[in-house]
Amino acid sequence: MKKAESKPPQADLWTRWVGWLERNAATAFLLPTVLVILAFVLFPLVGALYSSLARLRFSDGGLELSFVGLANYRKLLLGSEQGHFLGRPGTTDWVLGVLALMALALGVVMYRRWRARRPFSVWLVQPLLGGLLLMAFTWLLLSRLLPGTHMGTLQTTLFYVTVGTALQYLLGLGLALLCAERLPGTRFFRILFILPLAITPIGVAYMFRMLTDTGKGPLVPLWEALGLGGFSWVNDPWGARLAVLIGDVWQWTPFAFIVLLAALQSVPQEQIEAAAVDGASRWQVFRHIIFPHLLPASATLVLIRLIEGFKIVDLPNILTNGGPGTATESITLHAYFAWRTLDIGTAAALGFLLMLLVSLVTSLYAAWVLPRARGQL
Amino acid sequence: MSRPRSPLAPSPWQVGLTYLALGLASLFVLFPLYWLLITSFKLPVDVNSGPFYLPWVDFKPSLHAWEYVLGTLGPDVQRAYANTAVVALSSALLALFLGTSAAYALTRFQYRPRVGAIVLFIACLVLTVALVALGMPWPSAVGLGLAGFILGLQTLGKRFRKHLGNDEIALWLISNRILPPVVVVIPIYLLFQQLGLLDTRTALIISYTVINVPIAVWLMRDYFQNIPQDIEECAQIDGASRYRIFWTIVLPLAAPGLVATFLLLLVFAWNEYLLALFLSKANSQTMPLMVAAMSGTRGTEWWYMSAIILLMILPVVILALVLERYIERGLIVGAVKG
Repeated sequence: MKKAESKPPQADLWTRWVGWLERNAATAFLLPTVLVILAFVLFPLVGALYSSLARLRFSDGGLELSFVGLANYRKLLLGSEQGHFLGRPGTTDWVLGVLALMALALGVVMYRRWRARRPFSVWLVQPLLGGLLLMAFTWLLLSRLLPGTHMGTLQTTLFYVTVGTALQYLLGLGLALLCAERLPGTRFFRILFILPLAITPIGVAYMFRMLTDTGKGPLVPLWEALGLGGFSWVNDPWGARLAVLIGDVWQWTPFAFIVLLAALQSVPQEQIEAAAVDGASRWQVFRHIIFPHLLPASATLVLIRLIEGFKIVDLPNILTNGGPGTATESITLHAYFAWRTLDIGTAAALGFLLMLLVSLVTSLYAAWVLPRARGQL
Repeated sequence: MSRPRSPLAPSPWQVGLTYLALGLASLFVLFPLYWLLITSFKLPVDVNSGPFYLPWVDFKPSLHAWEYVLGTLGPDVQRAYANTAVVALSSALLALFLGTSAAYALTRFQYRPRVGAIVLFIACLVLTVALVALGMPWPSAVGLGLAGFILGLQTLGKRFRKHLGNDEIALWLISNRILPPVVVVIPIYLLFQQLGLLDTRTALIISYTVINVPIAVWLMRDYFQNIPQDIEECAQIDGASRYRIFWTIVLPLAAPGLVATFLLLLVFAWNEYLLALFLSKANSQTMPLMVAAMSGTRGTEWWYMSAIILLMILPVVILALVLERYIERGLIVGAVKG
């Protein structure tokens, strides 16, 4: 007690302040981020949500935003924009067959859970909701791949996201593993492989427009040598999609590369050495030591790329302008085109439908993939 | 007599294959960049009359594009360059600071945000929006909503038992990136108009920090998870505060991840286009806008555009050269053994 009295009151205040900070460290570390995000995200979110329920009209005094309820959503899902957004379906026996098989599998799962006397929600509600959603999605994808049908911006976006993310991850992983080998010159390659990220996405898009130009691009002689001289990828839907995909992979593989390269630095070297001494092959070392160690970072980077990939817009916009027709148009580009014609309501509605879809994908990913990748399941 | 090979060292075969793969990948990366480089030295006629590959052989290189970009456009480019550098560096550092502390928090503390509090927050938000829609000026509506939330939390908050965890917080953070920017640019424009920050660097710094923080949190979380916690526990027993542990132990140990994350945040801010287009007019114009401006009423001027893109890459390359060495192993091993 005497010691405390002899201290000047300021120091006492200081120690109390430090003690308070220490007790509330958990809040102090997290709260700034949460507050900053809330402060700047809520208003745009609410504003965008309102504009998705409204339509911009020209009136006497200029522009006027009028409330139209769910009309924008109805137009996209059921009305005049349905073919553009969801595509035009065709049906053949094998698509129906696939759906029937899925229904059968769903039935088996539900029956087995019912026999095992699982709770009501586990045997009926969950599989029914999940299964029907999955079947609807399968139909939405397969029925648009048949000849004579037409892919909407939804299917095109899903193509870019799934194939693009997979390619970026695999290439990035391969390059990171190669660069983590301590060979002379890998430092040069490390810098080199980061370069594509340093170019602004619009720049990349213009660059690929130069490269894929069918008249004066550098690849023209190559195509002629391959007998594709008269062929124009611009007029071929899959050729154009492939061009967009290659541009996307070129730009974003470095993201996977740099994240995995950093994660590789903390792989336990002693384990690798011990395994090598015990005669493990390089594949075994990778499969059982390195890869499990990379899983958490991999799961994170795939999630980030999934979320970002759904927003792809610059490449298809500048490279192909969404064409031929709407073959390379992504959902975001669809929204951008609507927005450019002052159809702000449709643009916002597309944005929120995309948000719904990505949230669904993200929550499935968070429930199934993340815990397993982190070793929590 | 050759030394026996260590079981870890790759065979000459494998070394050869490694270099072959690295070489092919470099070709894929370098060729588009090479094309940019030579395009920036081409005259319009050389670009427009078919593919020419080699300077001095196929076409005569000219400095006209560089003269235009650095001379005629010089002041504009300089200003845009300075803006981009200031905005990208500040927002990357801010996002890194906020993101690393939040990531550290999410890996070391257990949070239990109550479902009831979240529902209450959303209810108060809806109330605020309704009040504004009914004609109340927005500052008082926001104040009222906030007061309602705090009051409700103090009184009702204790009754809610159901809660979420750290993973849900992290998911919420990243979910803020889902909505495509084109949908939110108009509200963001209005927001910064209200704050009187249009056409300033501050507006860009704030918005880039906010959009990039979730990425920083997610990337750093994995690196922090890999750091053994016994070191921190030792320091805690020795009486170090949480902040000191974070600053002097955890951050240095996470250096490879920090550097990689910083580089990524920097290039994201460096390259952002759409928000910059809306939030800046002349004063705070950034380089990506300059790139896009080269495709205008006179068609796309590939030679100028290539030069500007190359100008944009240069600082990032230098920074990567400086920082790359920190993405190296070794720190953790030494710390655990010492």
